[in-house]
Amino acid sequence: MDKIYAHPGSLRNTTTHYCPGCGHGIAHKLVCQVIDELAIRESVIAIAPVGCAVLAYDYWDFDCTEAAHGRALAVATAIKRVRPQNIVFTYQGDGDLAAIGTNETIHAANRGENLTVIFINNAVYGMTGGQMAPTTLAGQKTATTPLGRDVKIQGYPLKISELLTQLPGVCYVERVSLQSPTEIIKAKKAIKLAFENQINKAGFSLVEVLSPCPTYWGLSPVKSMAWIKDVMSKEFPLGRIK
Amino acid sequence: MTNKIIIAGYGGQGVMLLGKIIAEAAMLEKKFVTWLPAYGAEVRGGTANCMVIVSDEEIGSPLITEADTLIIFNEPSFVRFKNQVKAKGIILVNGSLAGDTSQAKAAIEKIPFTDTAFKLGSIKVANMVALGAFVAKTGLVRDKTVLEVIEATVPKDKPELLRQNIAALKEGMGLVKQPGKIEVL
Amino acid sequence: MTGNEAIAEAAIRAGCGFYAGYPITPQNELTAYMAKNMPENNRVFIQAESELAAINMVFGASAAGVRAMTSSSSPGISLKQEGISYLAGAELPAVIVNIMRGGPGLGNIAPSQSDYFQATKGGGHGDYHSIVLSPSSVEEAYGLMFDAFDLADKYRNPVMILGDGMLGQMMEPLSLKPGKVIHYPKPWALIGCQGRPANIIRSLLLKDGALEELNLKLQKKYKAAQEKEQRWEEQFTDDAEIIVVAYGGMARIIKSVIRQFRQKNKKVGLIRPISLWPFPVKAFAKQTRKKVKYLVVEMSYGQMVEDVKLAVNCSRPVEFFGRAGGAIPAEGEIIAAIKKLEK
Repeated sequence: MDKIYAHPGSLRNTTTHYCPGCGHGIAHKLVCQVIDELAIRESVIAIAPVGCAVLAYDYWDFDCTEAAHGRALAVATAIKRVRPQNIVFTYQGDGDLAAIGTNETIHAANRGENLTVIFINNAVYGMTGGQMAPTTLAGQKTATTPLGRDVKIQGYPLKISELLTQLPGVCYVERVSLQSPTEIIKAKKAIKLAFENQINKAGFSLVEVLSPCPTYWGLSPVKSMAWIKDVMSKEFPLGRIK
Repeated sequence: MTNKIIIAGYGGQGVMLLGKIIAEAAMLEKKFVTWLPAYGAEVRGGTANCMVIVSDEEIGSPLITEADTLIIFNEPSFVRFKNQVKAKGIILVNGSLAGDTSQAKAAIEKIPFTDTAFKLGSIKVANMVALGAFVAKTGLVRDKTVLEVIEATVPKDKPELLRQNIAALKEGMGLVKQPGKIEVL
Repeated sequence: MTGNEAIAEAAIRAGCGFYAGYPITPQNELTAYMAKNMPENNRVFIQAESELAAINMVFGASAAGVRAMTSSSSPGISLKQEGISYLAGAELPAVIVNIMRGGPGLGNIAPSQSDYFQATKGGGHGDYHSIVLSPSSVEEAYGLMFDAFDLADKYRNPVMILGDGMLGQMMEPLSLKPGKVIHYPKPWALIGCQGRPANIIRSLLLKDGALEELNLKLQKKYKAAQEKEQRWEEQFTDDAEIIVVAYGGMARIIKSVIRQFRQKNKKVGLIRPISLWPFPVKAFAKQTRKKVKYLVVEMSYGQMVEDVKLAVNCSRPVEFFGRAGGAIPAEGEIIAAIKKLEK
């Protein structure tokens, strides 16, 4: 009998610290599967963000550095420029990439840095306790929008992926979701393409991953998946953006 | 012997380059030198000055509180630096632009830096006219060395610019009424 | 060459492989020199989108095992403090050049020494030190850049060159001597995990006791630096009754003043700290004669004077004279301050 599924070699065999139903575990695994399939583990250098996924290096078995909050793409830019033969990627949350790090994100993209970005959008700050994120939906309740996000006061959910498509340095942008096995398979394909682009020196590639945060959405893991499908992906439509 | 020179004018008058050429020429003549610039926030039209020290011994402070020579391009610079010169010092003033210079603390010589440069075809070489006047007046650096520095400074592909600069330098040297050797003060 | 250009040239010769900067006066000649000369030498130059990005790019290049530097002036250095703290926490070598200007706030672009506290006492968050070196001539700035890269690699710690606008913009003759360049093995660097376990560079340590352990390790390193890396220059300290203490550009003015006192056989000397951190306490410990009085002169309203007081442990009088905000203490004012002490 053929073996069709196995634990990815570049994913460490360890117990998760993420909350039940969190999307990071799936996203970590997808990244590791792609890295194994492309046989690039030994040349990968990853940049972990500040946010829940700062401890990504506890799961990933390849070279990895932390970056200060929002600065992952500045760190990645320099690593790739001094070691162009390595495969360099950042893994960043919505607060990291689209609030405190917006400047670094836009300018790395605009320089067309040959990098891969995995952008986890869960519409909330997880690590600090469920505050409003730049991508929090209108009406969504968080620790800092107890009455729900009022767009007249807190502004609108920031569609950074769409913004980035305006920049000539950007090669590829796609929004995917972890809401179902079908979408997860699509997500993996997108992540793979984003790494292949870097291998082919095609330029800046970003995959936005809509990912569940049951803890701060106040929903069960199953209902969280349904919420992405029924609510979140209406605001953040899935598919290739560029 | 130490000679302290303050050169001041508007930004864009070539004040900094003038100071650099004096400093580099003195360096080629094996002197200790410092060149210290000071700008306003504007790149053009603001105030600009530089302080050049040429000495036979190691130079401590590059700042000049009392100069041996002032090279002044405009009235505001004269007002600002007129008291920062030794009584036995020399003031070379741009006769084309400076207004009232009656309050001079030291011997003053008015030379039309700008008008002379204009007659030579480029207002930009006013600094070279001043440089010529400085060389003739003080003898601090040899004209031969100054020429060497100018030749090295002007881009090789601009022979017309070089010709203009050298013409301005020579014109400036001829304008000095009492050429001399610098006194040890 | 100007001080700024000399610093840039020395960095290239010391093997700097990565430079990122953001425009700010009075250090722009340094960035421009790097923009031209780094690519010509097959090194990486990036004009970053901000000082924050620049210092974090330095973090990345250093994590990848390459000698990396950035430069800025006071307001920009304030922004870089985030990255400097992370560099210290992750034990990454880096060289940061601060050509100081007047502050606080946007201040002005005149020479100043008001960032002494920020440079020597940490600057960013956390219990750390940068090694801080202060040149007082163009030639010394050139030489100290080799030392800066060497100390950064040796101690795996950020090193700051603390200059002022006077030094940065001043032009002096300079002989481009080859400097000492040691290649330190960097087994911790991120180059891909081929043939070894994965490397992780981090400063987040959440496990019980782990952060204290890192801090103790850092403190041990700082202690070693304090023992081995104190640098200073002294003049006429053998018989001096008044020792003026000044660093950087300020010390040059003091040298002119001291020459005048010596011509009149007045016993005035100089201690010029070159390493501001570690502070050269040994220079003061040597002064066991009872008669010595100290005058600290700074282009600030009294920052290094605190370290001088600590160094002499209040056993001798320590007076201060300084001006800041772009004002530079004039020779006459310093002479007056020394004469006041003579009484």
